[in-house]
Amino acid sequence: MLKLTDVVAHYGPIQVLKSVNLEVRAGEIVCLLGGNASGKSTTMKTILGVVRPTAGRVEFEDQRIDRLPTETIVRRGISLVPEARRIFARMTVWENLAMGAFTRQKAPAGELAADVERVYALFPRLAERQHQLGGTLSGGEQQMLAIGRALMARPRLLLMDEPSMGLAPVLVDQVFDIIQSINRLGTTILVVEQNAAVALSIASRGYVLQNGRIVVHDAARALLAADHIRRAYLGED
Amino acid sequence: MATAGWQRRMAWVLGAVAVVGPLAAPNDYWIGVMARICLYATLALGLNIVVGFAGLLDLGYVAFFGIGSYLYAFLASTHFGLHLPFLLAVPIVVVLTAFSGILIGAPTLRLRGDYLAIVTLGFGEITYLLLINLDRPVNITGGPSGIIGIDPPAVAGFALSRNTQYYYLFLAALALTLLASGRLRRSRIGWAWQAIREDELAARAMGINTTVAKLQAFAIGASFAGIGGSFLASWQRSVFPENFLFTESINILAMVILGGMGNLLGVVMGATLLVSLPEVFRDLQRYRLLVFGLMLMVLMVFRPEGLLTLQGRHDEEAEPGA
Ligand SMILES: Nc1ncnc2c1ncn2[C@@H]1O[C@H](COP(=O)(O)OP(=O)(O)O)[C@@H](O)[C@H]1O
Ligand SMILES: [Mg+2]
Repeated sequence: MLKLTDVVAHYGPIQVLKSVNLEVRAGEIVCLLGGNASGKSTTMKTILGVVRPTAGRVEFEDQRIDRLPTETIVRRGISLVPEARRIFARMTVWENLAMGAFTRQKAPAGELAADVERVYALFPRLAERQHQLGGTLSGGEQQMLAIGRALMARPRLLLMDEPSMGLAPVLVDQVFDIIQSINRLGTTILVVEQNAAVALSIASRGYVLQNGRIVVHDAARALLAADHIRRAYLGED
Repeated sequence: MATAGWQRRMAWVLGAVAVVGPLAAPNDYWIGVMARICLYATLALGLNIVVGFAGLLDLGYVAFFGIGSYLYAFLASTHFGLHLPFLLAVPIVVVLTAFSGILIGAPTLRLRGDYLAIVTLGFGEITYLLLINLDRPVNITGGPSGIIGIDPPAVAGFALSRNTQYYYLFLAALALTLLASGRLRRSRIGWAWQAIREDELAARAMGINTTVAKLQAFAIGASFAGIGGSFLASWQRSVFPENFLFTESINILAMVILGGMGNLLGVVMGATLLVSLPEVFRDLQRYRLLVFGLMLMVLMVFRPEGLLTLQGRHDEEAEPGA
């Protein structure tokens, strides 16, 4: 479904992604692991077209998307839950969700309303707070809102950048349960996580990024079992 | 909701007061002050689009006011001998000023916050310097002595001359820009601006073309200054570089912030206060600006979010996607 081939990306003169090769097949949950500043978020932004790759190709459903504007990429079916949530603080919960459907301006109003209800069914807390400003929500609620907002674009591939960041352990489990149920409903997921153990427990495969290169790639179970990998790349001991 | 209903009622009351205002004014001087309130409120609404809606801190807005004024002076004065009719000149000025908004906005697209503020401030200064120096080798702007002999607005052969007439003309323009601002805010582009203001990266991730949206904000914001500039030029019958100093940018920005950024009624109230208070304190002679400054400080300390805040807009909820 998604394929990155030798992707290189720069911020100004600094090369951040040196060679990223990665594939996500339809229906999977794939986990992208790596230490701080290894380029995980940049990989996500490159897929979405927010950062332009300087070399290599990004293909989605067998078509090149690395030259397309983000708007088109979102329309094609990829959406992002950004790192640190980045909800619109001075918009209400409902408005945040509606912003998620920004590219779907041609969709009938009834369809959008039904999608909002679907998000509320997944996150009943958001329904209770639909008229509250996003900035007044708790961290966990904001994460739910960020996920709900991304779902409003009706993605076939959902990119999630550290969805458990800053959440209490109970909430982390809850978020990963929800990621799993979103996946079961038919959305393919590529998730970036520092929290390797939890993420790998729901993923089918994992990639490890180090210094802008994919250095390890294996089945999730194998990565979980391999002690040396966990020590070397995932910062665990 | 309660707040919004209250604001709406207040808007109607203020509107009614504005229409009958000249009858209650003690003299022609005060009608002139009222006209200036309308003029500055229009400018403040334009800056509000850039700063309040899109969250782009523009410290050089006066550049567009200057460009608008001078363009009108070029088109309708003895300076170049062009005497385009008011109803033709104003739309041309508005379009050209909007275009200047794109030209000045384009280089700033990648800048944010403090950097954007500094660069726009620079553009404001550059514009002022151009106005003051472009009288040689070819006399374009009239240099320090500006342009005089500007045509007054004439509609259907009837030339405006009295302050009351200008007042109603400016009031009509204010009503128009107020209406346009309200509509824009609830439009697709208005939601895009608000998303950019809240979080630019998230806005891009939603599929918003932030480049286009920002340029639209600069263009539309500048177009309001095109209206204000034409009106100033035709009312003063002259324009001078000194009308477009940096302090004017700050003055207009203060109207936007004082009123509560993004809140339309608040912005109009901010303009009303900032134009009229110095007049009220005129008797205090040289202390009036001091008193004025103190009042601003007190106001901002006790109402840091401005007179009216963004809250209470949910009775007019519209779908961003619509
Ligand atoms: N907008 C940016 N401009 C310049 N450098 C950046 C920018 N964003 C990230 N970087 C740098 O790129 C590297 C990778 O960042 P990132 O992709 O955010 O890493 P990760 O998500 O793995 O922590 C880091 O060294 C970071 O400092
Ligand atoms: Mg990151």
